Amino acid sequence: MEREYTIAALVENKSGVLAHIAGLFSGRGYNISELSVGETEDPAYSRMTIVVKGDDQVLEKMKKQLNRFIDVIKVWDLSNLPAVHRELILIKVKAQPAKKQEIFQIAEVFKGKVVDISHDTLTLESTGISDKIEAFINILKPYGILEIARTGRASISRGFGKGSKTNG
Amino acid sequence: MKMTGAQAIVEILHREKVDTIFGIPGGVVIPLFDALYGDKKLNMVTTKHEQGAIHAADGYARSSGKTGVCIVTSGPGATNIVTGLATAYMDSVPVVALTGQVPTASIGNDAFQEADTTGITRPVTKHNFIVKDAAELPIILKQAFHIARTGRPGPVLVDLPKDIITAELNFSYPAEIRIPGYNITVKGNTRQIKRVMEAIGQAKRPVLYAGGGVITSGASEELKQFVKTTGLPVALTLMGLGGFPGTEPEFLGMLGMHGTKAANYAVDKCDLLIAVGARFDDRVTGKLSMFAPHAKFIHIDIDPASISKSVVIDLPVVGDAKHILHEMLKYAKPLKIKEWLKEIENWKNSHPLTYNDDGMLHPQYIVEQIYNVTQGNAIITTEVGQNQMWAAQFFKYTRPRQLITSGGLGTMGYGLPAAIGAQLANPEDTVIDIAGDGSIQMNIQELATITQNQLPIKVAILNNGYLGMVRQWQEFFFDKRYSATCLKRDNRCPEVCCNPGPQCPPYVPDFVKLAESYFAVGMRVDKKEDVESALREAIRVDKPVLMDFIVCPEENVTPMVPAGAPIRTMISSKEDAEKYLLA
Repeated sequence: MEREYTIAALVENKSGVLAHIAGLFSGRGYNISELSVGETEDPAYSRMTIVVKGDDQVLEKMKKQLNRFIDVIKVWDLSNLPAVHRELILIKVKAQPAKKQEIFQIAEVFKGKVVDISHDTLTLESTGISDKIEAFINILKPYGILEIARTGRASISRGFGKGSKTNG
Repeated sequence: MKMTGAQAIVEILHREKVDTIFGIPGGVVIPLFDALYGDKKLNMVTTKHEQGAIHAADGYARSSGKTGVCIVTSGPGATNIVTGLATAYMDSVPVVALTGQVPTASIGNDAFQEADTTGITRPVTKHNFIVKDAAELPIILKQAFHIARTGRPGPVLVDLPKDIITAELNFSYPAEIRIPGYNITVKGNTRQIKRVMEAIGQAKRPVLYAGGGVITSGASEELKQFVKTTGLPVALTLMGLGGFPGTEPEFLGMLGMHGTKAANYAVDKCDLLIAVGARFDDRVTGKLSMFAPHAKFIHIDIDPASISKSVVIDLPVVGDAKHILHEMLKYAKPLKIKEWLKEIENWKNSHPLTYNDDGMLHPQYIVEQIYNVTQGNAIITTEVGQNQMWAAQFFKYTRPRQLITSGGLGTMGYGLPAAIGAQLANPEDTVIDIAGDGSIQMNIQELATITQNQLPIKVAILNNGYLGMVRQWQEFFFDKRYSATCLKRDNRCPEVCCNPGPQCPPYVPDFVKLAESYFAVGMRVDKKEDVESALREAIRVDKPVLMDFIVCPEENVTPMVPAGAPIRTMISSKEDAEKYLLA
């Protein structure tokens, strides 16, 4: 059955590693739907959160191929584990002075922040799981969305549980 | 100790016990070749094309078990080795390729002879590096050799910008290294090994199927002992040939697309398939969903990513084949599978590999004669296509590293440069490249390397005037429409022609004259009765010899499993193919 999987990978923080991993996925015919990368608590390593679609068998193959790659230190499948997932969106909407108050209120409901304001635009920031971000976009649509910048999710397991750095 | 990058590289090659390197110089690597100049511990073999260098390094590695080394320049030098890297990668061959690169300050500027070598070679190497700090050069090269030769071996490329080659560095070479993202499981899980042995003990119709991993891990002796103790029947992949002696009664032959009927029927009917160091390649399995349909699968492999990649495995054991077979031997006892072995024996007897013995010169006969004349002792390299399959079918390989062939990638033009590497690694052995007239022309320039290095390599061209394997598929599945496969064809020929005969234009080139122009001995043989004496003469002379055997133009490799068919479906003729296509 096709579904979405969230994989976290600890990798060497070196140039070329991202291209390498992206190539690994495309070369074997897997599609990355989200990808986020950043340095970890140890600057020698980066952490990637990769969201892919497929079935259990495909996921198993991807994990093995990732593990096989020498610049990959560790791979976790966070799909079925207690984990926190967050993505960030910056969304610029049309906002005539008369509409601004309404949009502020929507942003508040979504725990969004206003990060830029001009005479007839507002740029809002929000973080959350994909569903919340989608809902945020949908509700802002009628005002006229001018631009969206969105990160892939960053995911981390809860506590000292399975899938955390200190526990396999 | 202070030294330049180039001197450090040479020092490291010495410490890694490299004795032979293959390559071609060019702009950015002049300082590196300068450091190699006159080095007494390193035999620098200059090939005529970089592809020749990388295949020679590969042939050296496959035939010796050591790591092959190849040095080329930036840009075109590096792009010319891509096919060779892919060849080595597919067949898990340890090769370290050193490529020059433009100076770090010029990278990305489309400098002269610049190519993004690490970008281009990523999917065809086990790993690659670009050195950006001269101080890291020793540790990177140490890692490169370590990664290339351990675990499931493979090619590793190190890209060397010119300023790194000329930079001065404080040399120290680590005795050991730890690479955090690189862990190899050598020992198999004991409980899993016991389960494997239980499954083998319970099976009524077991078959063992071994591949190149047995040769790579040096497990041939353990495999032989295991088979002799249990009595298991053994089928080998193309890469596995020689991993178990082809002369032993337990041997079923090669399995898969051009396997024996005994091997394919046995796999089709078995209730337990034990794969050792093999990867369920599509040329082995045929139609995947119908591969060994009654079998439980055991898979022993050092690469966890190989497990359940195509066939879902019931009992995997990750680890080194030699170690695991050694452990399995502790629990091995004779199996009670008499009925099954009798059934297999019947298949073997009623379906031997054959060809038409009509007095004409058939390519299979030549391979048989090569086997007879060399008493089965030669190292055989092959090109790719029909020549390769006949070399696999009609020569009984009895020891590992005896057959050197491009299995996974199927690289035409591999055999001649690979023979250079094999001969240099095994100076006492007779090395014969069994070639097709198409393939041999893809790296024919290396005849010069052979002559200049006084290598007594023999080349047996099975000259049928066609790109024979493609022509065979055209005959079987494309209504004999020989599109672009006739090698005699010139621009005066009719648009459409499938009738080779005396009206055809002369073959280009004249291989005998070509051999002579390279100061090799050229021979032409077109009669069956002359084959043996020609081969004896070729082996007697201590010189490179190129034999042009003019064979039946439309000979086919049989049996054949049509692509995508289950492996029990084996055809032998156009008529069979028509029946198969209709069914």
